[in-house]
Amino acid sequence: MKVSYNWLKKYVELTDTPEALANKITLTGLEVDNVRHPAAGLKKIVVGWVKSVREHPNSDHLNICQVDVGEEAPIQIVCGAPNIAAGQKVIVALSGARIADNVKIKKGKLRGAVSNGMICALQEIGFSDAVTPQAYADGIYVLPADAKVGAPVYSYLGMDDAILDIEITPNRADALSMRGVAYEVAAEYGESVHFPEISLQEADKNVADVLSAKVTDEQDAPSYNLRVLENVAVKPSPLWLQRRLWNAGIRPINNVVDVTNLLMLDYGQPLHAFDYAKIGGHTIEVRRAEKDETLTTLDGKVRQLTPEDIVISNGEKALNLAGVMGGLDSEITAKTTTVVLEAAIFDAAHIRKTAQRYNLRSEASSRFEKGVNRATVITALDHAASLIAELGQGSVLKGRVAPTSVTPTPVKVQLTTEKTNQVLGTNLTSAEIKQTFQQLGFATTEKAGTFTVSVPPRRWDIHIAADLIEEVARIYGYEHLPATLPASATPGVLTAKQQLQRRLAATLEANGLDQALSYALTTPEKASAFQLGDSYPTKVSWPLSVDHTTLRMNLISGLLDDLAYNTARKQTNVALYEQGKVFLKADAKTARPKEAAYLAGAMTGDWQAAAWNQEAIPVDFYRIKGLVAAVLADFNLAEAPEYLATTRHQEMHPGRTADILIDNQIIGFVGQIHPRVAKQAHIAATYVFQLDLDHLATLAKKKVQYQPVSRYPAVTRDVALVVDQSVTNAALKVTINAHGGAYLTSVALFDVYAGRHIENGRKSMAYTLTYQNPQATLTDDQVNQAFAKVVAALQDEHGAKIR
Amino acid sequence: MTSLQDKLLALKQQGIKDIEKSADLKELNDIRVHLLGKKGPMTEILHGMRDLAKEERPAVGSFANKVRDNLTETLEQRKQELEAAKIEHQLAQEALDVTLPGTPVRSGAHHVIMQITETLEAIFLGMGFQVVSGYEVEEEKYNFEKLNIPKNHPARDMQDTFYINNDILMRTHMSPDEARELEKHDFSQGPLKMISPGRVYRRDTDDATHSHQFFQMEGQYIGKHVTMADLKGTLTFAMRKLFGADREIRFRPSYFPFTEPSVEVDISCFNCDGSGCEVCKQSGWIEVLGAGMTHPNVLKAAGVDPDVYGGFAFGLGIDRFAMLKYGINDIRQFYQNDVRFLRQFKQA
Repeated sequence: MKVSYNWLKKYVELTDTPEALANKITLTGLEVDNVRHPAAGLKKIVVGWVKSVREHPNSDHLNICQVDVGEEAPIQIVCGAPNIAAGQKVIVALSGARIADNVKIKKGKLRGAVSNGMICALQEIGFSDAVTPQAYADGIYVLPADAKVGAPVYSYLGMDDAILDIEITPNRADALSMRGVAYEVAAEYGESVHFPEISLQEADKNVADVLSAKVTDEQDAPSYNLRVLENVAVKPSPLWLQRRLWNAGIRPINNVVDVTNLLMLDYGQPLHAFDYAKIGGHTIEVRRAEKDETLTTLDGKVRQLTPEDIVISNGEKALNLAGVMGGLDSEITAKTTTVVLEAAIFDAAHIRKTAQRYNLRSEASSRFEKGVNRATVITALDHAASLIAELGQGSVLKGRVAPTSVTPTPVKVQLTTEKTNQVLGTNLTSAEIKQTFQQLGFATTEKAGTFTVSVPPRRWDIHIAADLIEEVARIYGYEHLPATLPASATPGVLTAKQQLQRRLAATLEANGLDQALSYALTTPEKASAFQLGDSYPTKVSWPLSVDHTTLRMNLISGLLDDLAYNTARKQTNVALYEQGKVFLKADAKTARPKEAAYLAGAMTGDWQAAAWNQEAIPVDFYRIKGLVAAVLADFNLAEAPEYLATTRHQEMHPGRTADILIDNQIIGFVGQIHPRVAKQAHIAATYVFQLDLDHLATLAKKKVQYQPVSRYPAVTRDVALVVDQSVTNAALKVTINAHGGAYLTSVALFDVYAGRHIENGRKSMAYTLTYQNPQATLTDDQVNQAFAKVVAALQDEHGAKIR
Repeated sequence: MTSLQDKLLALKQQGIKDIEKSADLKELNDIRVHLLGKKGPMTEILHGMRDLAKEERPAVGSFANKVRDNLTETLEQRKQELEAAKIEHQLAQEALDVTLPGTPVRSGAHHVIMQITETLEAIFLGMGFQVVSGYEVEEEKYNFEKLNIPKNHPARDMQDTFYINNDILMRTHMSPDEARELEKHDFSQGPLKMISPGRVYRRDTDDATHSHQFFQMEGQYIGKHVTMADLKGTLTFAMRKLFGADREIRFRPSYFPFTEPSVEVDISCFNCDGSGCEVCKQSGWIEVLGAGMTHPNVLKAAGVDPDVYGGFAFGLGIDRFAMLKYGINDIRQFYQNDVRFLRQFKQA
C-alpha cells in the first residue's frame, strides 16, 4: 500500500517528518518498506508557457519554441514532442536542471538551433509508464492553465509529497485503505481521525425503475449494492484526483473509473462501474459461471470460465468476473452517460481461486481476498456516487439496489489486566491498558480488572484476548517491554544419536572427506539406484522440474551428482560424505515413506596429491574400506563387521563390492561404482560406501570394561603360505583363529604376493601371529605347539603350502 | 729426579701433545691403547721400578700414578670434545630446509549450513533447550491445521507446497516438529524447551535467491510462566551470540498464523553498522527472526490448556543466516557441493 503523506495529513494531525512517521509505523504495527520523495534529486524544473512554436528548418519533427519561464525574456527551447502547441503550460527543465535518473540539462544546439532547456514528459521527471495518463504517454505533459509561470512544478504534480510504501501482513488488510492507515497512525500518536462529511444529493427518479438485481447464493456475495447515475459526462479527472492516484501507483483513466479507484484507496472497498447502456438488460444477477461460459475481460483476453467463478451477469451472459476484473463489453467509455456503481463483499476463497486461475491479481481482488470493512460498503458506494455526480455533472437516482446486505456489529472480547501482564511480562495498570484501547478507538468497559472491549468492524482481525494483548503490546511499544532470560532450569543435552552423528562427521572430516548436502528430491532413476534393500519410490504429485520429482532412497546418487559437478569444473580429486534421510516404502500403496538416516561417502581421483616428497596415491577399494572401518569403530559394536563379496548391486562393480554385515544383517555396502555408471555420470573411477545409521544404532554395543595390561611378554610367529587365488583372507583368518589356541591374541596380515616364484593361480599370504598369556611367561614349547596346530590346519583346510 | 721420572715426564708431555692433536675418536682410542695399554710405554716404564731402590719407589710410584691420572683425564676431556664435535658435525649434516612444505594431511570441511546449525544448537543447548527432529514427509494436519492455518488459508496453496497426496506433503517449515512435541510433552515434568533444525521444501523454482530445498530452525518454550519478556531476552541473547555482542536488536509487530502477538526481529546491519548499505537494503536493519507468543489455537490443537500454559515460538532460515554471515550470493551453492565452495568454511 502506497500511502501519501499529504493525503494522510488530511485525516490525522501529523507533526513528524515522513521518515519519523515511517519508523514509528514500522515499530508499532506495519512495516514501511521505504519512503519515496518523488521530487528528490530533481532541480530547476518549472512551469513554462509556450508562447510560440515554429518548425525547425533542419528537421521534420523538431519544433523551436519560445517559452515564458517567468524570466525577463522568453527562452528558446527545441522540442521534439508531437503534442507541443502554443498556449500550453508545460514542464520546463531549465539549463542546469536535474531530471530523472540524475540527468543534467545543459544549454546546447539541436541541428543548429539554440536550446536553453527541455520541455519534459512525465516519464522524464520520474513518472513510471504504468501511472502516466494515456493522453500524455507519448508526449509532453500539459499542466492546467492556471499553473503559475516560473514556479516549481512539483506541487502541481503531487511531487512535493512523500510516499510511504507499507507492506501489509495478511491480518492487517484494514490498512489497505487510507482510512485504515489513518486510524492506525492516530492510535500510535494518541491523535484522533477527521474524515470529511459526504453530502449525497439524490434525484427524484427511483433506481428501482431502471434496475433490479439478485444474488443466487448469498454466501458468494453477502453484501451486494448498486447505485445508478444518469447524465454523467465522462472526462479526465481534475488534477487533485489524478495526483492521488498516480502517487498510489494507479494510472488515471477518466472521472468515473478514477473515483472508483480513489475510494477503493480511501476505504479499502473495491468498487466497480458499468456502462448501463451496455449491460443489455435491466437486471443484474450474481451467480456462478456456467460450464463452458466465456467472458472477454477488460484486458481483451477471452476467459474460459468454470462453475467455481462468481460472475456478474445481465441475466443472460457474464459481464464481469466478480471482484476480479470487469468485462470489456460493459466498460465505461467516453460515450457512457448512465453509470451503474457496484459495492459488494464477495467470498474471499472464491475470489482468490479465480484470481489465481486466470493469473489476474488486482488491487480489487487482493482486497476481497483479505476481507473488507463491513461498516463502509455502503458509505463508500454513496461517497463514490456523490463524487462522480459532482465531477461528471450527473444525477444519482434515488435509493440503492441491494439484494443482500450485512449489518456490521462490533465484536466483544474480554481481557484481564492479569492475563495481559502474564503474557507480556509487564506490570501494566488497568488504566494504562484502558488508555491503549482508547487510542485505538475501541469502546471499553471495565469491571474488577476485566475489560470488555467492543472491537469495531474496521478491525476484523481481532477476535480473541490474545489479539487484544497484541494491540496493547504494540501500542505500548515492543521496545518498552522488558527482556528477561527464562527462569526455569532444564538440562540441554544432545541425545546419544545426535552425539554419534557429530562424532561420525568428525571422523570423516578428520580423514579428509568434505561434508555435502545434496538435493533430497531427484529423478526416479537416481532415487532408485544404490539401494540397500528394495523400496518403492515416493513422488511429489505436482513437481516443478523433471530433476526433482522423486524422494531419494539412497545418498550415493546425490554425491555422484556432486562429483560430476566438481569434475565438470576440473575439480578431480574429491571425497565427499553426506548424512541425511532416505525415504523408503515397503509397498506401492503406502503414501508416506519411512524415513531412515543414512551415511554415505564417495571419492574419486587422487586420495593423496603428488607432492615434492611423495607420489600421488589414487583412491582405491582398500582406502575406502579403511574409512568404513574407522566409521564403524565409532559405533563400538559388539560384533565385528563382515565383508561379503556381492554382485547384487547393479550400479556397482561386480568384482569390487562388498556388502557389510553385522550379526548377519546387511547394514551397508562398500565398493567401486560400475564403470558404466561412472561413464554415464562423466566421472572417473569412484569408490563409495553407504551405511544405514538407524539400523546400526540398534545393534549391540561392546561393553567398555577395563582389562589389565599383561605384564608378561608377547611372542610372535610369522607364517607365509601359498594358497589358491580363490582362498580369501577372511577364510584363512577363520582357520587361524579356530585353531589358534588359548593364547593367540592377534593375527595380522603383512604381505600378499603373486607373481615370480609363485605358481600361476596361487598367491602367497603372510601373517604375524601374536601369543600372550596374561598370567605367565609363555615358553617356546607352548608357542611352537600352538603354532604347529595352526600350520597343520591351514595345510589341511586350504591346501596351503608353507614357504 | 730419577731417570724414570724423566721418562715419565717425557711420556706425559708427548702423550698430551698427541692427545691434543688427535682428530677423531678412533685416533684418540689408539693413543689411549698405545699409552696406557699393557704393552705400552707406561707399562714398560713401570717395569723399570723393579730396578729402583726401595726408598725411591713410593715417590716414583706416586709420580707415575699422577702421570697416568693426568693422561687419563686428558684423554677423557679430549674424548668429550671429539664426541661433541662429532655430534655437531652430524647435526650440521642433518639440517633441513624447514620452509619446504609439510607432507600434506588431508582434512575435510564441515558444511557451512551444519556449522550455523550447530552454533545455534550450542547456544540453545546452553539455555536448556533440547534438539529434536521430526519428519520431512509430513501429515497436512501437523504442517498446517494444528498450526492455526485453516483449509482456505493462502499458505496451504498447492502452488507453494509439494504434496504427495491430499494429506501427505513435504514439510514447508519446521513447525510440525513443534506441534508434535507440544502434543507429546508431559508438562508435569516441567516446561517444554526445544529447537528443531532441519530440511524444508517449497515449490519454488531454483535461482540465486530461491531453492526448493533449504534449512530452517524453529524453537519453542512453553510452560506456566513464560512471557514475551522471556522471548525478547532469549532471542536477544541468541542473536548477539551469533552475530556479535555489539548488535542492536529490534523487535517489531508482525503476523504469523501460529503466534499472537507476533514479532519480527531485526539486527542492526553488521556490514554498515546501521548507516545503510547493500546488505541491509539501505535500511540499517536486517530481518533475522520471526517469532511470537504461541497462538491459543495452536495450544488447544495440541491438547494444551491455553489458560494455564503459554509461551513463545520462533523460526529462522539457516541458509539465509549463512548467506548473511559470509556474503554468499547464490543459495544454490549450498547444494551443488563444489569443493572450492565447501572448503572455504573450514573454521566456524
